[in-house]
Amino acid sequence: MKILVPLKQVADPDNANKIKVTAGKIDTTGLAFKPNPFDEYAVETALRLTENAANTKARLGEVVVVAFGTKDVDVMLRGALATGADRAIRVDATDDALDGDLVARALKAIVEKEAPDLVLLGKQQVEGDSNQVGQLLAEYLGWPQATFAGSIKSEADKALVVSREVDGGTLNLKVTLPAVVSVDLRIVNPHGVKSMHTAAAHAYPEGVRFAALMAIMAAKKKPFAEMKITDLVSDASLKVTYGSAELPPARKAGIKVKTVAELVEKLKTEAKVL
Amino acid sequence: MTYLFETDDHTALRAQARRFAERHITPFALEWEEAGEFPRALYRLAAEAGVLGVGYPEAYGGSGGDISHALVVAEEMVLVGKSVGTVVGLGSHGIALPPILAAGTEDQKQRYAGPILRGELVSALAVTEAGGGSDVASLATRAERNNDSYLVDGSKMFITSGTRAEIITTAVRTGGPGHGGISMLVIDRRESEVAVSRKLKKMGWWASDTAELSFAETRVPIVNLLGNEGEGFLIAMRNFATERIFLAGNCVAIAELAYREALAYARERNAFGKKLTAFQVTRHKLADMATRIAAARALTSEVVVRHVREEPVTSLAAMAKNTATDMCSFVCDQAVQIFGGYGYMRESVVERLYRDARLYPIGGGTREIMNEVISKLEGF
Ligand SMILES: Cc1cc2nc3c(=O)[nH]c(=O)nc-3n(C[C@H](O)[C@H](O)[C@H](O)COP(=O)(O)OP(=O)(O)OC[C@H]3O[C@@H](n4cnc5c(N)ncnc54)[C@H](O)[C@@H]3O)c2cc1C
Ligand SMILES: Cc1cc2nc3c(=O)[nH]c(=O)nc-3n(C[C@H](O)[C@H](O)[C@H](O)COP(=O)(O)OP(=O)(O)OC[C@H]3O[C@@H](n4cnc5c(N)ncnc54)[C@H](O)[C@@H]3O)c2cc1C
Repeated sequence: MKILVPLKQVADPDNANKIKVTAGKIDTTGLAFKPNPFDEYAVETALRLTENAANTKARLGEVVVVAFGTKDVDVMLRGALATGADRAIRVDATDDALDGDLVARALKAIVEKEAPDLVLLGKQQVEGDSNQVGQLLAEYLGWPQATFAGSIKSEADKALVVSREVDGGTLNLKVTLPAVVSVDLRIVNPHGVKSMHTAAAHAYPEGVRFAALMAIMAAKKKPFAEMKITDLVSDASLKVTYGSAELPPARKAGIKVKTVAELVEKLKTEAKVL
Repeated sequence: MTYLFETDDHTALRAQARRFAERHITPFALEWEEAGEFPRALYRLAAEAGVLGVGYPEAYGGSGGDISHALVVAEEMVLVGKSVGTVVGLGSHGIALPPILAAGTEDQKQRYAGPILRGELVSALAVTEAGGGSDVASLATRAERNNDSYLVDGSKMFITSGTRAEIITTAVRTGGPGHGGISMLVIDRRESEVAVSRKLKKMGWWASDTAELSFAETRVPIVNLLGNEGEGFLIAMRNFATERIFLAGNCVAIAELAYREALAYARERNAFGKKLTAFQVTRHKLADMATRIAAARALTSEVVVRHVREEPVTSLAAMAKNTATDMCSFVCDQAVQIFGGYGYMRESVVERLYRDARLYPIGGGTREIMNEVISKLEGF
């Protein structure tokens, strides 16, 4: 199976308290960046689908990772190559010249060129939480889609049984390949992915795999292509533009009360909850 | 800041070590420190994540790379895991394994390195004795030839991972007095009986177990001798520079963490209606801390590069260790000070780091012995 996995680099959510807004724009200087966690789960899923867990060195499929960004995202793509992905593509772009729609249109062009059996994405990126690209891409391609996959079972790489958590239970659906699937956190559970190559009873370590130093070094020799967004789409205009951003209002300091009576009084007269 | 020698490989490796620590150390750091031990399963997990074997050849089950790679992995695990004891306990093969790889036969290397680097066996180095650690040449534990075995009698003190190590690289006396009478044995607890006389209670490094071991007619097959009889002192010495560079790196990591904790606290804590960072004395404290860390990091970086280039670095490694240990003690003390009363409480990370820091001018060759090394090599 050939799988395309788009990746995005996001500001580390642990930096939330360092974010500044200048003139209505989010100022990203000084922030640490890391791969979007859901995208890392998608890479892990893709690797599990294209290997036999008993011998992960022998690749039994192809995983192509793609990112939109400046050279800054190379680290993330190399990281994905180090954990096992086979090829990387970087589409040169800056974040402010992208929206979910343009990314989906550009991905469509890549899909038409690469002809993967499956596009695996994270369910959303944790910066903007837009949760659009997978759905738009499926629509543009006219492919079946399954979002928020909590587990995936390959049926001879012809179809996937995808289970998604919904209110009050799990919904199982079958998509015929080629398809677009977005993944949720649970996919990286020990039994989240059942491929046609790995023994059904195999339990993976929880979470995303690590890359050893040798693999990090070897990743530098893997194919790494660069292209411009205009190589992919003739119309690079945006449908979504951000107006302005502002920080949530700072919390006012609390007050200390001396007696229970005073507390009750304030709850009555100020908070008006009693 | 990072080391000047770092490349993209180091950056990628740091990211892996960070992920490993976030998942497998950080959530349990306090619990393990208080318990004085971390679970054995961590060795296996560290091996699977590729962090245990960094700096060791692939041919023996390592992940490749050199001391520069091992140093950044350890730093990241300290910075993120926040349990120095866990990191040093997990790393006791860093002193136990190099003598085997440097002086062992192919069979000895294959027998021990693979299982140790796969996290299946825990290893320790036993040189120090209750009677003296600095004066290695007068160690007293005896090994007598008896047919195809040695019978070992004596004891070893302050042995990191000593309570649970299966493989103990042990310095013993096979010959006469002085360093020429010392040999190095690999004592395999699965075949030889070694008693733990005491699990020692320490000032710092709590999550790392430290033992006093005793040998009573402990039978060790002669095939477990490393190199030849009488070469033990030289074998031990060959890894001294690496060990000291590594300890200097530990100090840089500990100080960096203490500094980060103190800075974050100073930015949040109010006194007299202002943040602590609004006081010039606090800012200057932080400035001094950052400056000393940068200086120790720079020297450590230099000695790493020269060591990787295979230049002789015995003197420079001793200088780097002393620079880094002094710096670390200073920075941790200042960090505790910035934390005020909380800095004295076990709930704060800086309290722990302050205790951890005190080991470094003692372990791996004391501050005074480092100066002896420097004096000799500089020819005073
Ligand atoms: C937590 C911990 C873990 C350890 N882990 C290990 C381990 O895994 N394996 C192992 O073999 N050892 C280990 N050690 C032992 C460590 O290496 C020794 O403590 C160290 O070498 C000092 O030896 P000593 O404690 O016997 O002190 P001593 O040698 O008795 O020294 C006492 C004091 O005298 C000074 N002194 C000694 N000789 C001179 C001199 N010639 N000139 C000037 N001053 C001198 C020393 O600098 C020191 O200040 C560990 C120690 C600790 C505390
Ligand atoms: C073991 C222990 C026992 C104690 N027992 C008692 C007790 O019995 N009763 C009691 O009331 N208290 C007790 N204390 C509290 C102790 O008196 C306080 O910890 C101490 O006064 C410091 O206050 P703080 O911890 O809030 O630090 P902070 O006041 O928050 O100070 C933090 C840091 O900022 C620095 N700083 C603060 N203001 C300034 C400034 N204007 N300029 C420059 N630097 C500044 C401080 O010097 C310190 O380095 C105890 C504390 C400990 C650790």
